[in-house]
Amino acid sequence: MDADRSAELQAAVREAAASKTQLQISGGGSKKFYGRAATGTLLSVTQHRGIVHYEPGELIITARAGTPLAEIEAALAAHGQMLPFEPPHFGPTATLGGTIACGLSGPRRPYAGAARDFVLGVKIINGQGDILKFGGEVMKNVAGFDVSRLMTGALGTLGILLEISLKVLPKPQHELTLAFACTPQEALTHITEWSGQPVPLSGACHDGARLVVRLSGSKSGVTACQRKLRGDMVHDGDKFWQQLREHQHDFFKGDALLWRFSVPPATPLFNLPGQLFIDWGGAQRWLKNPLSADVIRASAVKLGGHATLFRGGERIGQVFHPLPPALLALHKRLKNAFDPHGIFNPGRLYVEF
Amino acid sequence: MPCYTVSMGQKPPTHTPEKQALLVALRGILPDHSVLCEGEQVRPYECDGLTAYRATPGVVCLPSSAEQVQQILRLCNQMQYPVVARGAGTGLSGGALPLENGVLLSLAKFIRILEIDADNRTARVECGVRNLAISEAAAPHGLYYAPDPSSQIACTIGGNVAENSGGVHCLKYGLTVHNVLGLKALTMDGELLEIGSKALDAPGYDLLALLHGSEGLLGVLLEVTVKLLPQPERAQLALAAFHDVTQAAQAVAAIIGAGIIPAGLEMMDNLALCAAEDYAHAGYPRDAAAILLCELDGSNEEVSELIMQVRDLLLANGAYEVHTARDDAERLKMWAGRKAAFPAVGRLAPDYYCMDGTIPRRHLPAVLTRIAELSRKYDLPVANVFHAGDGNLHPLILYDANQADERTRAEEFGADILQLCLDAGGTITGEHGVGVEKLNQMCVQFTAQELSQFHEIKHAFDPKDLLNPGKAVPTLHRCAEHGAMHVHHGKLPFPELERF
Ligand SMILES: Cc1cc2nc3c(=O)[nH]c(=O)nc-3n(C[C@H](O)[C@H](O)[C@H](O)COP(=O)(O)OP(=O)(O)OC[C@H]3O[C@@H](n4cnc5c(N)ncnc54)[C@H](O)[C@@H]3O)c2cc1C
Ligand SMILES: Cc1cc2nc3c(=O)[nH]c(=O)nc-3n(C[C@H](O)[C@H](O)[C@H](O)COP(=O)(O)OP(=O)(O)OC[C@H]3O[C@@H](n4cnc5c(N)ncnc54)[C@H](O)[C@@H]3O)c2cc1C
Repeated sequence: MDADRSAELQAAVREAAASKTQLQISGGGSKKFYGRAATGTLLSVTQHRGIVHYEPGELIITARAGTPLAEIEAALAAHGQMLPFEPPHFGPTATLGGTIACGLSGPRRPYAGAARDFVLGVKIINGQGDILKFGGEVMKNVAGFDVSRLMTGALGTLGILLEISLKVLPKPQHELTLAFACTPQEALTHITEWSGQPVPLSGACHDGARLVVRLSGSKSGVTACQRKLRGDMVHDGDKFWQQLREHQHDFFKGDALLWRFSVPPATPLFNLPGQLFIDWGGAQRWLKNPLSADVIRASAVKLGGHATLFRGGERIGQVFHPLPPALLALHKRLKNAFDPHGIFNPGRLYVEF
Repeated sequence: MPCYTVSMGQKPPTHTPEKQALLVALRGILPDHSVLCEGEQVRPYECDGLTAYRATPGVVCLPSSAEQVQQILRLCNQMQYPVVARGAGTGLSGGALPLENGVLLSLAKFIRILEIDADNRTARVECGVRNLAISEAAAPHGLYYAPDPSSQIACTIGGNVAENSGGVHCLKYGLTVHNVLGLKALTMDGELLEIGSKALDAPGYDLLALLHGSEGLLGVLLEVTVKLLPQPERAQLALAAFHDVTQAAQAVAAIIGAGIIPAGLEMMDNLALCAAEDYAHAGYPRDAAAILLCELDGSNEEVSELIMQVRDLLLANGAYEVHTARDDAERLKMWAGRKAAFPAVGRLAPDYYCMDGTIPRRHLPAVLTRIAELSRKYDLPVANVFHAGDGNLHPLILYDANQADERTRAEEFGADILQLCLDAGGTITGEHGVGVEKLNQMCVQFTAQELSQFHEIKHAFDPKDLLNPGKAVPTLHRCAEHGAMHVHHGKLPFPELERF
């Protein structure tokens, strides 16, 4: 099943560039709901798959973009390692390429880092059909501009990801999950207090009824902290965080519009109607709310953050928070720098490019 | 002092009409004493930490407000004058090397700490604030800024972002790019960009990451918002002494292989540790071929548990002595030697040349052995002091620039080390940047198409190529010339380019 399809993919891109044919780059299709509606001729990268190099002692893995995320996680787990940014799969077909192109991170994000923090290198095809390599398999590398991180979260609009090298980490020696019945505002107060202290947090959310926190580290350190914080032990903690990562909790069921607010973590509860789920220690807040996008975005800006229409609704408007004019102009120039014919995923990120 | 002032006995400076016009316009933006263009005034700006490269800047500007920087950039953009931004000038690759026909933009006056937000654990500071000053300002809240380059008492946060600097604690806490949340920057045409914020993961492309390590080529940074971390309850440092450098390298792999990510894991060889001991009296064992410094931090319980595991691993991998710090004072003294290693080694010879390649850790023993062989071949001593946990090497080549061919030998030795790093699957620079120093090696590490992609990115920000031109990314013509001399694996790297 493992195969290097870069030559075929390169030929397809060259042809598309010559004929100015727009391409819709597709992995497993698990995150098709995300971003703006895709258009263009389907170009699948799922056949370009396989782990190219996994060196547990170096804490690095390099794999082709079509490799199923589950396969990568299984390989890492066999050596007691993990992807620290806890990427959501949103379905069994999730590929590594789609994961990095979407740049989504799970509950561990504020403590361990985001997807982009673990990307060490990429091999891509740009809009001219050139195969280019940036970064590499080492932890520190400042030779040339950081194209690898620029590709992360670009939703395939700058190029096709062929190969990705990631930093991985050992799984924590010990983890446990504690719950505290309290209001959302009480939860925010607790999290703000604990986050300013050396508490080994690796997850903190409020599910509507309880503050739930995860502690990670050495057994003695985690146990000592548990004694200090108290709270009720959640026995299936791993499952809790996995379901949160995958949006399988009751809160996420149904097809109401789901907004994702990214705000400074200590932001007090905001006064918007609708159901709220707090994650990322306060930094990410999910809101199920039918208000108009303008009202939502104005509130997000007032709080010093931004809002994404994560799921639901028409995917033809501005799904991501609109960019101010100077940044939008720069985005267009960067898009042009990688994809001068505008063939990759046009309009998937912003309507303007 | 205005630039047209002529001191006694000195010839009036002869400026071209174009430069005269620039000076007049700059003096319309800045007070006279903030526009420098004469011999003694501009001498301090001739070089950065890479002193082998020097140039007299055409004009030095010392703005004190964002509006002034914006006006200077607009003016230079319009008059097509190149601009080089400068922080503290501690850079080690010539990134802040001035241009004789350009403006050196010193950001030394941007030293205000604008906000410490303890609840959100962020600090918003101007670009000229010193790295250490951030942690000092955050300390009353029990917080600190994690990246700690050894130059932290002097280097600026703007320079740290521009180089994506690391430090001895980056193994666990990441580089500058992992610890910065937001930037305010001006592009060459004076457009203000606000990138990121206290909220995570800004919409659109990751410009925050792109500006890290961009070596002042994409924009002039004005403000930086950094992430602060709670000070750990406890930190404990173990010093392990080895009779053999290779064993020390293996011990590094063993610790990380055991699933332990220390806060810092640093190695020094005999020449480096003896120099540091003479300089800082850190208590290093002079008879060791190499020492490792391994710091663990976290809760008291966690540190106690892990320090024990690390001790056992060090001993099992050939350490003949492991000493843990008795108290925080001793711990800081043990670090002081490491942090002063560059100036300490600097006392051993008139000049030193600091390399910065990064390699996969597993190749440490082989690469160190090869560096020792090269040292004999070039007949120049080399001291090794480096971020072992990250595989980031800092061989310091000792030489005397006044000896006929020593500088050339040092440069060739350095180029061989970088080639060695590339051959081992690594990179030519882990944290010091390309600057002017490693332009030729960029031609080896990247293909012509990859370099062209870098140029396209540069032009998306600065179409006229006026911001720090000629640094960080070589032109294809330069590579063609270099390629003619430097054949990599029997292949000319740029076969499609005409040679001259
Ligand atoms: C003794 C010593 C030890 C060192 N140790 C380390 C270490 O442990 N780790 C490490 O990573 N580095 C280290 N360095 C290198 C150096 O200190 C870092 O690269 C530092 O970040 C440079 O900061 P600076 O303010 O001195 O920048 P400068 O040297 O002034 O400039 C560096 C680059 O940044 C650009 N720049 C500066 N300010 C701005 C701005 N506001 N906007 C846009 N561009 C800007 C310049 O144009 C230039 O390209 C060391 C240097 C010395 C001398
Ligand atoms: C908040 C806080 C901060 C502290 N900070 C420090 C600190 O910075 N430095 C400090 O030393 N103590 C500190 N202590 C005290 C610490 O808890 C221990 O009492 C003591 O330092 C033991 O050191 P350890 O953690 O390395 O070993 P322990 O966890 O107490 O013991 C581990 C084992 O290692 C052995 N061991 C440890 N070091 C050596 C050695 N050098 N040679 C041979 N065997 C050894 C011990 O005998 C023991 O069997 C702190 C305590 C608190 C509560």
